[in-house]
Amino acid sequence: MVSSTLRQLSEDEKSQAGQAHGADNVLEVRDLQTVFETQDGTVHAVNNVSFALKPGELLGVVGESGSGKSVSMMSLLKLLPMPPAKILNGEVLFDGRDLLQASEDELRSLRGGDIGFIFQDPMTSLNPVFTVGFQLMEPLRIHMGMNKKQARARAVELLELVGIPSASDRLKDFPHQFSGGMRQRVMIAIALACDPKVLIADEPTTALDVTVQAQIIELVKDLREKLGMAIVWITHDLGVVAGIADRVAVMYGGQIVEYADVDKLYDDPRHPYTRALLKTLPADEGLRMERLVSIPGQAPNLKGPLVACPFAPRCEEAHERCWSANPPLFEVQAGQKSACWLESEDTAGAA
Amino acid sequence: MSEVVEKDLLTVSDLKIHFPIYKGLFRKKVGDVKAVDGVSFAIQRGETLGLVGESGCGKSTTGRAVLRLYDPTSGHVIFEDRDIASLSDSEMRATRPRMQMIFQDPQACLNPRMTVGAIVSEPLIEHTKLSPDDRKAKVRELLDAVGLNPDFVNRYPHEFSGGQRQRIGIARALALDPDFIVCDEPIAALDVSIQAQVVNLLEDLQRERGLTFLFISHDLSMVRHIADRVAVMYLGKIVELAPVSKLYSNPQHPYTQALLSAVPVADPKIEAKRQRVILKGDVPSPSNPPQGCVFCTRCPIAEKKCFTVPPEWRELKPDQFVACHLA
Repeated sequence: MVSSTLRQLSEDEKSQAGQAHGADNVLEVRDLQTVFETQDGTVHAVNNVSFALKPGELLGVVGESGSGKSVSMMSLLKLLPMPPAKILNGEVLFDGRDLLQASEDELRSLRGGDIGFIFQDPMTSLNPVFTVGFQLMEPLRIHMGMNKKQARARAVELLELVGIPSASDRLKDFPHQFSGGMRQRVMIAIALACDPKVLIADEPTTALDVTVQAQIIELVKDLREKLGMAIVWITHDLGVVAGIADRVAVMYGGQIVEYADVDKLYDDPRHPYTRALLKTLPADEGLRMERLVSIPGQAPNLKGPLVACPFAPRCEEAHERCWSANPPLFEVQAGQKSACWLESEDTAGAA
Repeated sequence: MSEVVEKDLLTVSDLKIHFPIYKGLFRKKVGDVKAVDGVSFAIQRGETLGLVGESGCGKSTTGRAVLRLYDPTSGHVIFEDRDIASLSDSEMRATRPRMQMIFQDPQACLNPRMTVGAIVSEPLIEHTKLSPDDRKAKVRELLDAVGLNPDFVNRYPHEFSGGQRQRIGIARALALDPDFIVCDEPIAALDVSIQAQVVNLLEDLQRERGLTFLFISHDLSMVRHIADRVAVMYLGKIVELAPVSKLYSNPQHPYTQALLSAVPVADPKIEAKRQRVILKGDVPSPSNPPQGCVFCTRCPIAEKKCFTVPPEWRELKPDQFVACHLA
């Protein structure tokens, strides 16, 4: 289905993308810190978030609302309104360049070009007064310098790629003429338009029904194999992540509390929050649980810098140290890190 | 009506709700959106019936029609032994305290300018003759029952988190000691860790007060946990109705099979091996549903017959009802 103009991977590149370990990071984020200056004080939405993404890799970012998932990803491309948002600290290395230092023009050429973004709500992120064709062709003409005819041909290709039937006829349709799932496909097509090296998908299936979600997930798996891009997939659904991610970052209170290969995370979750989160899910098979396990308490209030572990008030295993200092990420085993004092060597030694 | 068994609290038979479409200068009626098109089910006292389906399949409309928030186009809704669909307004008003609703969006269903106390006591003012002091005591008791601090009566909804707001909605629904509650996606707007808290609360209340629930949701794994029986809706019709264990272990209708296979499982090993039934295309418009079986346009195993003859609603196995020619 993917035809000539789409950048397809050679066998060489594919094998490279497959064994992600050898390859260089396409995106690397170090110590990202974003705050919102509000009238009621400073909200520390993102606290020292670091992660790296290799070509062809899919990183799942999981967390509840308010855990800082979206804000950290929006910070990468400075998509937040500033003020009130302010990026205090950090480096975002893309192709060796620090995006946080980049000028507005440079950023504009990256957004929708080398870095694609899929937003959560397909209803509000497409412009209702322009046709789908126009919105698809716009980035192609700006970023790729195509003329109208080329852009049109490419737009048709993209719509076919994401599985929209009779694509050439639908270019002149407006967003309201598409169903929710179709609109999300259009969003994906726009994000893919310029062969991005990195695709950031912010809850791309949350607003969709499960059957449509399954369609989109299959599509993304397929595209990833064909085009070999790196993907950051933000979601709150632990089930979705289990199916598609290579690695997972679990966020809580604006920081990454566990960062692990997907098998390790589900086999042996090390952070108490990850464990609790996995336990809250109702059983998929076997006997029905008598009661669901719930995490008591509320998500933390992020007004003020973190001076203690943000999960301590809800944690069953919290001890003195958790209240006095915020734990850094400890390497538990190769490919798994957890921000919990229980993993610290001196704590383990003491116990 | 002869089918009404004593223990059924609510019996819905051949319920239809059609919304007219008007077009043109003279607002001529040009068709109907068949939101609910011939739905029948019964709920026993103390039972939870799960109602699942994709958005637009008519599950919320069914839930609202059961409480007569919409007037049915045709069909019967028999609550205890009275047909709600044909009650007069004043009779209906007298029946309303018995049946309540919990809404999806706890943000939108609470008046931001009323205090929690005022919200929870409003049904008491409307439907009971309690003195102000008794009312206050009752409100505190209700807040306590749903796990909120009774001292919060003078606070406003915005001062609470999503989970707490849903608890306020539940307290309001409980105020008149109803028998039957329609829960319309009560946990869809909540975070995973809070969903469990609210579901546990609903189950506790059901046990303590002998409540009967119609639990509308698109979250199949949560429905598996809370429901006794599950009805699967597609395009205004129920395509399968069965006890939880049978429906999830041995789904008979191809749509149920596809729906269950689409639910992601939080285990990478299972996910890697799973064979999914991926449905093609979109749900047809309810204003112009397919001629035969409603699912025929997307069904992976549809045959000629499915496109012309609507399938019969039949009891395939004991307690397991399916509308499919091929099951």
